[in-house]
Amino acid sequence: MNKESNKYIFLYSIILVVTVAAVLAAAATLLKPFQQKNVEVEKKQNILFSVQKAAQVKEAKDKTEYIEREYKKYITSSYVVNSFGMQVEGDAFTLNFADEMKKPSSERLLPVFVCKDDDGSLLYVLPVRGVGLWGPLWGYVALNQDVNIIRGVVFDHKGETPGLGAEIATPQFQAQFAGKQIFDGETFTSIKVVKGGNTKNNPHEVDAVSGGTITSNGLQDMVYDVLESYMSFLKAKRQEYAARVCSKNSAMENAKTASAAPSAKVEVRPVVKPKPAQVQEVNLTPTPAPADTTDSIQ
Amino acid sequence: MSNEKEPLFSTKNLKLFTAPLNKVNPITVLVLGICSALAVTVKLEYAVVMALSVTVVTAFSNLVISLIRNTIPNRIRIIVQLVIVAALVILVDQILQAFTYDVSKQLSVFVGLIITNCIVMGRIEAFALGNKPWASFIDGLGNGFGYGLILAILGFVRELFGSGAIWGYQVVPKSFYISEGGFYENNGFIILPPMALILVGIIIWVQRSRNKSLIEKV
Repeated sequence: MNKESNKYIFLYSIILVVTVAAVLAAAATLLKPFQQKNVEVEKKQNILFSVQKAAQVKEAKDKTEYIEREYKKYITSSYVVNSFGMQVEGDAFTLNFADEMKKPSSERLLPVFVCKDDDGSLLYVLPVRGVGLWGPLWGYVALNQDVNIIRGVVFDHKGETPGLGAEIATPQFQAQFAGKQIFDGETFTSIKVVKGGNTKNNPHEVDAVSGGTITSNGLQDMVYDVLESYMSFLKAKRQEYAARVCSKNSAMENAKTASAAPSAKVEVRPVVKPKPAQVQEVNLTPTPAPADTTDSIQ
Repeated sequence: MSNEKEPLFSTKNLKLFTAPLNKVNPITVLVLGICSALAVTVKLEYAVVMALSVTVVTAFSNLVISLIRNTIPNRIRIIVQLVIVAALVILVDQILQAFTYDVSKQLSVFVGLIITNCIVMGRIEAFALGNKPWASFIDGLGNGFGYGLILAILGFVRELFGSGAIWGYQVVPKSFYISEGGFYENNGFIILPPMALILVGIIIWVQRSRNKSLIEKV
């Protein structure tokens, strides 16, 4: 057949394209389970990193197995809350957080991962998502059980400038967040990313990335926006924690002063009824998010 | 293997491999693939990963095209080449995503750049269409490494002076920096693409002053 005839060219292109398509389709189908597994392990790893766990991942022989084991050990439960802090149906792990962030803040469904630390205290891991200079930013913020002090953070990005904005993904940058506070008393302050400030002594500020101003600002907005949409949940948990600490202290006080004259502990809430005052204020929540004591290991 | 057949690593084949490293370097002599050389060399690690990916794609697309070179209709040969190159790039990307996820995360931005890299198409047009598969494969490898050599030099210089680090490890002591009370500051300009172009120019200058045969006769 003449190589330059139209018939040959048509036949040739059809065969070529079909063959290439078949090869690519086969490759994509075969590799898909591996790729999905990688994404899942990456997500679990990020959640664990945010609570400063899974530190030996580099030394682990089988990374997947190691991450799965650590995840099972520490992340005891996860649930989905709505913007009023109520628990709703849904799987926190598979919930598409990026889609939720596109909705108006009152309609968002928000995943919460609860981590049980070695000392038994509960940490809350919340996903965050925002926009940097070139594309999306995302990560996880882990809060201590007082729902104020940050235990750790993990940030990642799609395509920030290497060496500049991309520095937000480095452990050095992220280490700054540990120990910072998102509340000042009762006021929500979030974390400010400031340029060249003396951030070491300020509990609400971290040092920005030099040369990455837009990425830094995007990161600051991201943390603020997302934590704000979690606000009802965070406040409810804060109340719960305050009530728990209070009742614990009063129990100890009572035990100490049992024989002595009863002290004036008027403010102590009854232990049997740890209903947060915040719920009454908001008055939108028939059932607040579950108390931690009901969080069961699955 | 019969006696008439050329040995796999004959002098001619070796020359195909070594020539692109210096005398016909795709970047400094043929001036191909400049755009990606400017885009991915902010850090040494990215430069090396990119160079390896381009090497794999160039070598295998040369091989495939050379295998089917006698069947390709001349009028649609560019499209055929494009289809093969694009398919290979997607394949490389998928395999990286499945088995080396961490590398693929860094590379994902640059994968598109491989398809548009002039070296890949250039070598197919200039070499693979008229040569045997093995020779084409070697030629692809050589050009990939020639490209990689320049990328590595650029990545090394730019990361060292731009971020004070090599392969992600800080080499300029922290205490040298002005922010820590020292005297040193990273050169912000070297991070930007124009400086990479200037560096490429300097490399070309050095190479031509050492090898006068490369200088064009006016």
